[in-house]
Amino acid sequence: MFERIFESEAVAEALRIVQSEFLMAIWETLYVTILATFFAIVIGLPLGALLVVGEKDGIMPIPGWLLSFLNVLINLLRSVPFLILMIMAFPLTRLIVGTVVGTTASIPPLVLAAFPFIARLVETALREVDRNLIEMAQSMGATPMQIITKVLIPEAVPSLISSMTTAITTILGYTAMSGIIGGGGLGKIAINYGYYRYKYLVMLLAVILLIAMVQTFQSVGTKIAIKSDKRSRK
Amino acid sequence: MIEITGLTKTFKTSEGVVEALKDVDLSVADGDIYGIIGMSGAGKSTLVRCINMLEKPDSGKVLIDGIDITALDEKALRAQRKHIAMIFQGFNLLMQRSVIDNVCFPMELSGTPKSQAKARALELLDTVGLKDKANDYPARLSGGQQQRVAIARALAMDPTLLLCDEATSALDPTTTNSILSLIKDINIKLGITAVVITHQMSVVESICNRVAILDMGRVVEEGYVEEVFSHPKTEAARKLVFPESSDGGEMIIVSENQQRLIRIVFNGEEATGKPVIAQMAVLKGIEANISYASTRNIGGKVYGSMILGIPGDEETVNEALEYFKSLGVEAQEVKSNV
Ligand SMILES: Nc1ncnc2c1ncn2[C@@H]1O[C@H](COP(=O)(O)OP(=O)(O)OP(=O)(O)O)[C@@H](O)[C@H]1O
Ligand SMILES: [Mg+2]
Repeated sequence: MFERIFESEAVAEALRIVQSEFLMAIWETLYVTILATFFAIVIGLPLGALLVVGEKDGIMPIPGWLLSFLNVLINLLRSVPFLILMIMAFPLTRLIVGTVVGTTASIPPLVLAAFPFIARLVETALREVDRNLIEMAQSMGATPMQIITKVLIPEAVPSLISSMTTAITTILGYTAMSGIIGGGGLGKIAINYGYYRYKYLVMLLAVILLIAMVQTFQSVGTKIAIKSDKRSRK
Repeated sequence: MIEITGLTKTFKTSEGVVEALKDVDLSVADGDIYGIIGMSGAGKSTLVRCINMLEKPDSGKVLIDGIDITALDEKALRAQRKHIAMIFQGFNLLMQRSVIDNVCFPMELSGTPKSQAKARALELLDTVGLKDKANDYPARLSGGQQQRVAIARALAMDPTLLLCDEATSALDPTTTNSILSLIKDINIKLGITAVVITHQMSVVESICNRVAILDMGRVVEEGYVEEVFSHPKTEAARKLVFPESSDGGEMIIVSENQQRLIRIVFNGEEATGKPVIAQMAVLKGIEANISYASTRNIGGKVYGSMILGIPGDEETVNEALEYFKSLGVEAQEVKSNV
C-alpha cells in the first residue's frame, strides 16, 4: 500500500496540498481542541470536585442517590466509543450549534466525551490533597466552599495541570476522529486524502503533525506542572 | 474557660466499637497551660478534637466561656472556631502558599482586607522569629520553622484558646524546647489559654501548670503538675511518671568488683542541686558509684530512683543506708545478679 508513496509526482502533489490546506487544518484542530477542552473543564472540574466533597463523610455531602447517579452517568459516557457518542449526540449538537456537520459542530460531542474523563481526573487529583489540611481549615471556621476554593483546588494545582495536559492531548486525538463525520482539522485531511483518495503521503504528514502537537502539549504541560509545584525545594 | 462534662465518644470500625472517651469531666481555667497526657490510643487527640468539634461527641457538654459548642449549628460553630486556634503534629501548612500567605489564610477566610492581613502577618512572623522567611515556601523550612509558621497562623485571629495536638512530637529536643517556650511566651504575654496534648512527660513538666492523665478513654488523675507527678496514685500515672519501674521484667544491673547495691528513692523531699552522693563521700568516706539513675526535676524537687554501687562490706552498706535515711531519702539494699 505504501510502495509508491515517495514517487516524485506524489511528493509534489502532497506539497501542494500541505501548502494550501494544512495551515487551515492546524488552526481548526487547535480551535476545536482548545474550545472543547475549555468547556469540558468548565463542566468537569466542578463535577469532579462534587464527587469528592459530596461523599457521605465529605465536607459538603449530597444525597446518596444523586452521587450514585453522577457516578453512573460518568461511567456510561466514558464507556461509549467516541464515534458512536458523536452520532448519538446529533440532536444535542443540532440544538447548540444549529448543524451537525462542520468544525464547530464537532465541539459538543467532544465536550460530551471529555467532561466525564476530566471529572475523574479532577476527582483523583483532589483526593490526593492531605486530609489534615481540610481539617486545619475546618478548625479555623472555613466554610465548605472556602475549603474547596482555597484549600482543595489550590493545593492540587500541580496535579490538576498534569491532568489537564492528559485531557488536552486526549481531546486532540479525538478531534482527529471527528474528521470522519465532517469535523475539520488534521483528522479530516488524514481521512479524506488517506482513506478515501489513497494519498498516503498526505495522510502521513497529517499524522506526523498531530503527533508533534500532542508532544508539544505534553511537554509544555509537564513543564508547567513541575514549575507550579511549590513543594519542590529548589 | 473550658468546662467539659460527661464527654463520651465511640467510633464504629470494621473491627467493632472503640470507646475512645468514656464520661470525661475536665475543666480548664483562664490562663492555664493544661497538659493532657496518656499512652498512645488513650483518647487524647479525640478529646482535644471534641473541644473544637472536629470530632462530634456522642454525649456530654463542652462549654467554652459558657457557650456549649456541642449545641451550636454549623454557622455558629464556624464563628466560635475562629477564637479557638489549633496547631498540629504535622504542622498542616498549605504547601502551595508562601509563608506569609499561610499566615494570612485565616484572615482571608474572615474577609480581612489584604493589605491589613499582610501587615498583621508580618508582625506575627516577627513574633515567631521568621520575618525573613515571609516569601519562602513551607517545603524549604525546617520542621521547627514550619511549626513557628503554624503558630503565627494560629495567632492571626487573636484566639483566646490554643489547642496543641502533639505539636512538638515531630521535632528534635532542642527545637521542641524552643517551640515550647514560644507557647509559654504566648500564654504569658497574650494571655492565651492553652491545652497541650502530649505523650511526653517533659513537655508537661516544662510548660504546663495543670495536667490530666488519660488512660483508655478516662481521666484517671487530674490536678497541679507537681502534685500529680509527685504522688501518682494510679498505675497509669505511675507508668508515665516512672516508666522504668513498670517495664515488667527485673532490672539487670551488672555490678563490678563485687560491690553491693542499694536503691535510693527520691520522692520530692530533696531539693535539686543538693550533692547527696558527693556529701556521703566527704562525710562518711563512702565512694558510691551510680549504676543506674532515673530521676526528674519537678518544680525544683527531685523524684525518681537511683541504684548505687557501694564498695565494701555489710557495715559500709548499713552506714550508707543510715546516711540516706537521715536525709529523708528512702534507701534499701537490693540484690545484684552477679
Ligand atoms: N476516626 C476514627 N475512627 C475509628 N477509631 C478511631 C478514630 N479516631 C480515633 N480512633 C480510636 O480511638 C482511640 C483513641 O484515639 P486517639 O487518636 O484519641 O488516641 P491518642 O491518645 O491521641 O493516641 P496517640 O498518642 O497515638 O495520638 C484509639 O483506639 C483509636 O484507634
Ligand atoms: Mg493523638
